[in-house]
Amino acid sequence: MPKLKIEDLARIRDQARRSTLLREGAGRVKIIVHLGTCGIAAGGRNIMAAVLRELEERNLEDVLVSTSGCAGLCSREPMMTVEVLGQAPVKYVDLTEGKVREIFAEHIVGGRIAERYALAVGSERAM
Amino acid sequence: MPYRVHCMVCAGTGCVSNRSLDVREALEREIRKRGLQEEIQVVTTGCNGFCAVGPLMVVQPDGIFYQQLTPKDIPYLVEEHFIKGRPAQKLMYTPPEAPSPIPRMSDIPFFKHQRLIALRNRGLIDPEKIEDYIARDGYQALVKALTRMTPEQIIEEITRSGLRGRGGAGFPTGVKWRKVREASGEPKYIICNGDEGDPGAFMDRSIFESDPHSVIEGMLIGARAIGARHGVVYIRNEYPLALERIQIAIQQAREYGLLGENILDSGLDFDISVTRGAGAFVCGEETALIASVEGRLGDPRARPPYPSEYGLWGKPTCINNVETWANVPPIIMHGADWYSQIGTERSKGTKVFSLVGKVRNTGLVEVPMGITLRELIYDIGGGIPGDKKFKAVQTGGPSGGCIPAGMMDQPIEYVAPDGKREARDYLDLPIDYESLTDVGSMMGSGGLVVMDEDTCMVDVARYFLAFTQDESCGACTPCREGTKLMLDILNRIVEGHGTMDDLRALEEIGWVVKQTSLCGLGKTAPNPVLTTIKYFRDEYVAHIEAHKCPARVCRELNTYRIDPVICVERGHGCGVCRRECPEKAIFGEKNQPHRIDPALCKKCGVCVDVCHFNAVIVE
Repeated sequence: MPKLKIEDLARIRDQARRSTLLREGAGRVKIIVHLGTCGIAAGGRNIMAAVLRELEERNLEDVLVSTSGCAGLCSREPMMTVEVLGQAPVKYVDLTEGKVREIFAEHIVGGRIAERYALAVGSERAM
Repeated sequence: MPYRVHCMVCAGTGCVSNRSLDVREALEREIRKRGLQEEIQVVTTGCNGFCAVGPLMVVQPDGIFYQQLTPKDIPYLVEEHFIKGRPAQKLMYTPPEAPSPIPRMSDIPFFKHQRLIALRNRGLIDPEKIEDYIARDGYQALVKALTRMTPEQIIEEITRSGLRGRGGAGFPTGVKWRKVREASGEPKYIICNGDEGDPGAFMDRSIFESDPHSVIEGMLIGARAIGARHGVVYIRNEYPLALERIQIAIQQAREYGLLGENILDSGLDFDISVTRGAGAFVCGEETALIASVEGRLGDPRARPPYPSEYGLWGKPTCINNVETWANVPPIIMHGADWYSQIGTERSKGTKVFSLVGKVRNTGLVEVPMGITLRELIYDIGGGIPGDKKFKAVQTGGPSGGCIPAGMMDQPIEYVAPDGKREARDYLDLPIDYESLTDVGSMMGSGGLVVMDEDTCMVDVARYFLAFTQDESCGACTPCREGTKLMLDILNRIVEGHGTMDDLRALEEIGWVVKQTSLCGLGKTAPNPVLTTIKYFRDEYVAHIEAHKCPARVCRELNTYRIDPVICVERGHGCGVCRRECPEKAIFGEKNQPHRIDPALCKKCGVCVDVCHFNAVIVE
């Protein structure tokens, strides 16, 4: 191991932070893949894999991935919710790996909601 | 592929003792079995703090807090949370009064009221990976100290921050650094005092275990400020995990060139060696510690000269406690103004406490100075288990004192920051160095032992004095002879042979030992005795005059009898007590009431422990 210079320290920090930022629960975008029984049966696991692949290929550091159970609309699974910080969450339905790629390009990176795949903007009211 | 989930498994000493490493292994196995190893990372962290409910794990990024895990729970947890996306409710923490489990760590009262500075990285990093520390801005304060600050500016910043020694005495850290910097004599040394010996205290251990690099970075900044080239970490050998982690951290820092020569091309040369202590309590005293580092017997010497002038190998030495060092990088990073706005008028910043004893949420907490005992014991600690009454809290370990629970008829005078005087309950006392000293106790290193109505204060005083008497090095007469005499008297009192003259003598000897001992050990050893006499005199009198222990702890003073009605109606004269009594002092037939012969009874209390029906009455 060669001796560190000050710039190296910043480089190591940025590199390591990519993997540890997740622990602080802070991100620009949060993606929730719905993995209830219905979601899994409809291929949700492949959607999850596609999401993680996109994250890697695009080298995105500020996107958190989470899972949740059935969203109550089993006929439209696989589903995922994309929540950009400060904006209403968007639910995407009837997903395929191809659609995931498009949603990444347009919404998560591009900032425009991919309306043709979106079910609705916003969530149900709880309580 | 990046991981989508990080499982932060606690591997502090508390959780490891509860087999958290088995849990980790089961988790890794299950994740592989389910083919999730590319998505889910298992991270081993240092102490999370909530030791009462370990082994525990936090799942990020959602911050889901799982508790009391066993390897058997893991397949269910993985299936529910990681495959189906439903965090497993039944493995979450439910506070006693709450209707349902609290999923997120940040919503749990134990964590909600804390403010982490010294423990800023706990549970967030793998303490054995320097990259994890660097990712959390580790060593950036060092960069700032090396490139943008002169040694004088560093000392000025630390002085203005108001940081005071976290080992107990509360000496202003900046003042100490300046003294060492200005002292004549080369080379200068830096020591990290990790000889944490108070029973029930584990602040320093936890910092070593969860974030060892924060100590190294603090020492590096200190080295730059005072002009030292060599540092020593003194750590007790009874802390194997802490020892291992600080050694790994030092090795990693050396490999990265963060220790050694010409650090980060700044011209700073500094390295750290580790000295293991053999577990003598007195070695926490700075002059004894220095003697021990030099390879001599750990005996304290009279001060002055202080170590800042005449320390390790007779050279100027800056010795600070682990927690103090861990506070240095954030102060340099964020500035004195930021730090000094936290805390009280005279005590700035936060303090780490180990909260133990008769309190629901035992563990390690970091809170702003000025927090009240009530917040600490009830809001964070969750109160006293089993609906018992809160009786007292012991602060500062064996050198500290007992503070009694709300004596509403004897409120203390509290001077608010704006100068207003008001009467306050003891429990609403804002904790800082001065307020604790005012009530006869001390901050100490931060041990807090909570006691309930079942605790005998005389017995507590005897326990702590037995500890300090045993640890007294014998170098000075007041401590060596005085603590022995005091312990003899206390033993007489708990056995029922004490007199009122004994009580007077106890107080008198206590004051002499306090005022004339050579070092801090003897100067503070009488504190538990003196404060319990002050606040719980009636308990001492009950032991002496009525030969009774009000809390029914001192077995010699108790009498035991069996309630004949309970024995027959509930227990049907089961005879367990008769069979288990080592003195054969219990008589009776099946279905008949049993009876203890007081002439034969040696008051061991076994009958109480074995009776399933609570038929044995202690009076």
